Amino acid sequence: MWKTILRRVLIMIPEVILLSILVFLLAKSMPGDPFTGSINPRSSATQIEHLKQINGLYDPWYQQYWNWVVHLFHGDLGQSYQYHEPVTNLIGDRAINTLWLSAFTMVLTYALALPLGLYAGKHEGKLPDTVIRIYTYVTYCIPFFVILVIGLWVFGYVLNWFPTTGSVSPTASGIGMIGSRFLHVLLPGLLGALFGTVNIVQYMRSEVIDAKHSDYVRTARSKGVPRKDIYKHHIFRNSLLPIAAFGGYSITGLLNGSIFTETIFSYPGMGMLFIDSISYRDYTVITALVLLFGILNLLGTLLSDIILSIVDPRIRIN
Amino acid sequence: MAANTNLAEMSPKELESLAAQAKQAAAPSATKILWREFKADRPALISLIIVVVFILFVMISPLFIDSEKMMTTNILAYLTPPLQDNFLLGADANGRSIAMQLIVGSRNSIGIAIGLTIISSTIGIAWGLVSGYFGGYIDWGMQRFYDFMMMLPMTMMIIVLVTIIDDYNAVTLTLIFSLFYWMGTSRLIRSRTLAETKKDYVSASITSGTKSWKIIFREIMPNISSLIIVDTTLSFAENIGVETGLSYLGFGLPSRTPSLGTLIANANDPNNITQYWWTWLPAAIEIIVLCLAISYIGQVVSRAANASQRRVNK
Repeated sequence: MWKTILRRVLIMIPEVILLSILVFLLAKSMPGDPFTGSINPRSSATQIEHLKQINGLYDPWYQQYWNWVVHLFHGDLGQSYQYHEPVTNLIGDRAINTLWLSAFTMVLTYALALPLGLYAGKHEGKLPDTVIRIYTYVTYCIPFFVILVIGLWVFGYVLNWFPTTGSVSPTASGIGMIGSRFLHVLLPGLLGALFGTVNIVQYMRSEVIDAKHSDYVRTARSKGVPRKDIYKHHIFRNSLLPIAAFGGYSITGLLNGSIFTETIFSYPGMGMLFIDSISYRDYTVITALVLLFGILNLLGTLLSDIILSIVDPRIRIN
Repeated sequence: MAANTNLAEMSPKELESLAAQAKQAAAPSATKILWREFKADRPALISLIIVVVFILFVMISPLFIDSEKMMTTNILAYLTPPLQDNFLLGADANGRSIAMQLIVGSRNSIGIAIGLTIISSTIGIAWGLVSGYFGGYIDWGMQRFYDFMMMLPMTMMIIVLVTIIDDYNAVTLTLIFSLFYWMGTSRLIRSRTLAETKKDYVSASITSGTKSWKIIFREIMPNISSLIIVDTTLSFAENIGVETGLSYLGFGLPSRTPSLGTLIANANDPNNITQYWWTWLPAAIEIIVLCLAISYIGQVVSRAANASQRRVNK
């Protein structure tokens, strides 16, 4: 068990190093330099040259990369020159918002998808199964951002049920603030859940169908366990852990989606910070965010792989 | 006829009837199966006709539209509502016809989606076939690269690349997208190739000394062609969302070039989204209908590819 985890972690290290080099080189090849934005009208060309010199912008790229990595390990991601704030502080604030929205979406997705998958598997090939299949297929093939825009229009503007921008209303305080925060993630969360169930539903459905024909279920049936209890205690329990493993994989999708969700709902999270930083050419923030998203993707996959290898000994590699 | 087993002694008539018998016994060709399946499923046939006619329409009609004139600002037509002053679907804040932008935009978006599907599927199929066939260290190395690509935050990488490349056009954009959208296909093809490689006909070919590339592309690939067709159809529907999504964010086609995504981006203006719905809603509806129709076709294709699921089994 531990050997498998250790092996997975060891494989990760070169991937992270490669990612950091790639991200660094991409940031380097972007137009402009970190001083373009902070140039004072009075600073002369020689002063800027001097700034570049002492900040090592003329060093060979591997030396600059090494300096960057050393700073990284000291928790120093640099300074955002648009917000004049350390990148770590800036991302910290936004990360909580994104985390809150993503966690909410994920909980809703599972709450919706698990019963649907179970129900579809139970009634395999019958009407409910067909209806659920059509639902997952329709929600799957429509591009998500289109749904977000239409949802914002219908529920945010026309019906006026939900706030259309921000993460909390500026006037709220105390208990009201928690309520307001909740209200702000409700619409994007609901839309994300409603249109993101396909993988979990299908996986759950096939798990249930597999389990239905397995020996332990037949034994339980012949012992006289009621069908309802078999679904509740045997089949559902057994499928829960592999389903939980999906949580790790879905981090990638949630992070990718957060760029669209947060931009459309003007929700101040990491995705919107990224889009803002791109338009202001705020390279330190961009680099940090791409690196962070990459590492989060990796950790999500790692988590899923570990859970799956606990559940299914066949996956463990010797 | 049974007594006459020597081919040379057969009369031409007998040979003909034998050939006809063989033809009947042989499995019908893929196109025939597909056609039968579509004929049996009316909604699928209608979707197919709609999609094909629509794609032909948006590919041909922009030839008659003067795009320079179309994108010229016309203050007098500022936000004209639909069905007024010769504007079928109204005009946007710059007085430009939405209907014309929709047609040209559809051509751009669908064109990029087709290009992306062709390039990314080719990469994915080749990657999966080679990785699955050779196995061992080659497979290991190729899968590590796959893992690395899966780790990259795709949308962010594309946006960063588009920002770096200043002077990009539809072709470079398609190539950038293709870099990041071949992985799903490659995984699927690899797992099927792994199973296929263990079959007897492949072992026989290897033993008799057939070259590897010939086994891969002339023997294994035709045998998994049904999977390839299904996957390509479904990824085409998905790929429409890729370009439009990024154009919506402002990192796809430049804003002077209409695309379904830039049209939906009209909704970013709070005034447009509430009062001037015609500036963005038609494009949104078009994307939804198109994606649903194409995926529906994909479903029928995948049903046709699986003999046990076919509606017509003769």
